[in-house]
Amino acid sequence: MSIAEDRGADPAPIVDADEARRARARRLDQIGKWTLPALVLLVSLFLWDRVVVWNEIPHYILPGPGLVFETLIKDWAMLFDAALVTLQITLMALAVAVLGGVGLAILFTQSRWIEMSFYPYAVILQVTPIVAIAPLIFIYVDSRIAGLLLCAWLVAFFPVLSNTTLGLNSADHNLRDLFRIMGATRWQRLRYLQLPSALPYFLGGLRIAGGLSLIGAVVAEYVAGTGGIGSGLAFRILEAGYRLNIPRMFAALILIAGMGVIIFAGLSFLSHMLLRKWHESALKRER
Amino acid sequence: MMAGGSARATRKRQGTNLMPSQTPLPLGARPELLKMEGIDKTFNGDVVALKGLSLQVNEGDFISLLGPSGCGKSTALRLIAELSHPTRGRITWAGGHDTGDLGVVFQEPTLMPWATVAENVWLPFRLRGASYASVKDEVLQALRLVGLERFQTVYPRELSGGMKMRVSIARAMVTRPRLILMDEPFAALDEITRFRLNNDLLALKEKIGCTVIFVTHSVFESVFLSDRIVVMAARPGRVIRELTVDESYPRDEDFRTSSDYAAHCRSASDALHEAMGIAA
Ligand SMILES: Nc1ncnc2c1ncn2[C@@H]1O[C@H](COP(=O)(O)OP(=O)(O)OP(=O)(O)O)[C@@H](O)[C@H]1O
Ligand SMILES: [Mg+2]
Repeated sequence: MSIAEDRGADPAPIVDADEARRARARRLDQIGKWTLPALVLLVSLFLWDRVVVWNEIPHYILPGPGLVFETLIKDWAMLFDAALVTLQITLMALAVAVLGGVGLAILFTQSRWIEMSFYPYAVILQVTPIVAIAPLIFIYVDSRIAGLLLCAWLVAFFPVLSNTTLGLNSADHNLRDLFRIMGATRWQRLRYLQLPSALPYFLGGLRIAGGLSLIGAVVAEYVAGTGGIGSGLAFRILEAGYRLNIPRMFAALILIAGMGVIIFAGLSFLSHMLLRKWHESALKRER
Repeated sequence: MMAGGSARATRKRQGTNLMPSQTPLPLGARPELLKMEGIDKTFNGDVVALKGLSLQVNEGDFISLLGPSGCGKSTALRLIAELSHPTRGRITWAGGHDTGDLGVVFQEPTLMPWATVAENVWLPFRLRGASYASVKDEVLQALRLVGLERFQTVYPRELSGGMKMRVSIARAMVTRPRLILMDEPFAALDEITRFRLNNDLLALKEKIGCTVIFVTHSVFESVFLSDRIVVMAARPGRVIRELTVDESYPRDEDFRTSSDYAAHCRSASDALHEAMGIAA
């Protein structure tokens, strides 16, 4: 039953066998969630190291984890600067994707005509691989930053657009009727009904878009190629590849992956904070 | 500042202040609230949901619409709420009306899950541009009337089905509407909760002195609650019989076990069977 109904009674906590078992299982889950992946990591690092040492693989073919780690530390200043550049592009693209995606979604739900006119092109942009579009973009866009941003945005905005559109349209139909009966204006319906209904969908799209904007930024850097000031991680990987500096390639790769994980975790945390009070997805049920 | 429609505004304010009780006038003496005349409603050109429906609703009535599934009860309510429009015929409010005159309760509680109980009840005011502070008293009073004052900061997902329905009722009556439409509000609840809500609904109606149109499938519920039972038949949806339950309010558990109650249930049940027989 409801927890709310029991409020005020303030009963002493009773722990039965079931509860105790569940609590134990929960604790084990909590521990396993961190220790198991860590264990897998340790084992893989160990195997990787052994394979390299036992087979005497030269470092310009496959460096061992120790060397990669050393390189990461040695080149930290340069790699970190590059990571900041990539991160900056990624976050800017994500921000523009959110503005563009949500803005378009709102336009789409305000007018069927706008949706009918533009939705097909949004799909076309989405299904065309970014690597195919990127070279053209760098021909026509002079500013390097603008080009990178455009690429990353092209990849990232669609999940925001399609999820938000779905969310705006999925407001409970009885609530819609109620708003109509109570004489709500279009703006009130959007503000008090459709936007809150769309929030969980939007956040789902945002998490996908976060990963995609990183991919977009990296792909665009590869295509843009030229180095110099303001080069990101992808460019560092390319450059290290030309020089057969394989350990640095690995180090940069680790940084990119770490960045992806941080973006995903940050967005998941944001989503949890915004939904935890009311949404089913954030509700912990008895299992 | 108070030009047109001031008479109604004044009356409404009095309605709020006249708190504890407004005993409705006897059945024959109530002024007309609204009238449905010769209503036809056809969907997609061939589904005849209503045919020649006429019904006069008087102030203070508690009307139950009773009838088999598909006879157009919900359609009738939607027409009154202007969510859809009659194919033929018309609905007129005596002395006109505005959005504040109508409260609606659906079969599901239909609360906004992202808003607290108090915010949900605030909604009708909010849509009229009223800040929470300015209507806090009304909101809390409505919650007190449905027995949920303590839960104002709770989110709907923490409430039981019956409590959610109470919030929904509080939201429908917080603006003191003249007419409340209820479409099988208690159908999804267990019988104990349902009985309790039936009692509370009657007490509430007494207190705020509104008119109610209540859709139900239950003969017992309709007899216990209403003073007019409108029995409808399907295909095409129409009124086949109107019964009056001229028993005084407040009604309590004694009424549920009285022989009068049983007699009313029998005639309502007979009328319902007639409605289903015609439909078959
Ligand atoms: N939007 C619609 N489009 C097409 N047909 C509809 C629509 N709404 C209702 N109907 C039809 O109109 C008839 C009456 O429907 P309505 O929902 O009013 O019945 P009801 O008496 O409320 O039934 P129930 O007791 O099952 O809720 C049904 O035959 C239904 O199929
Ligand atoms: Mg219905």
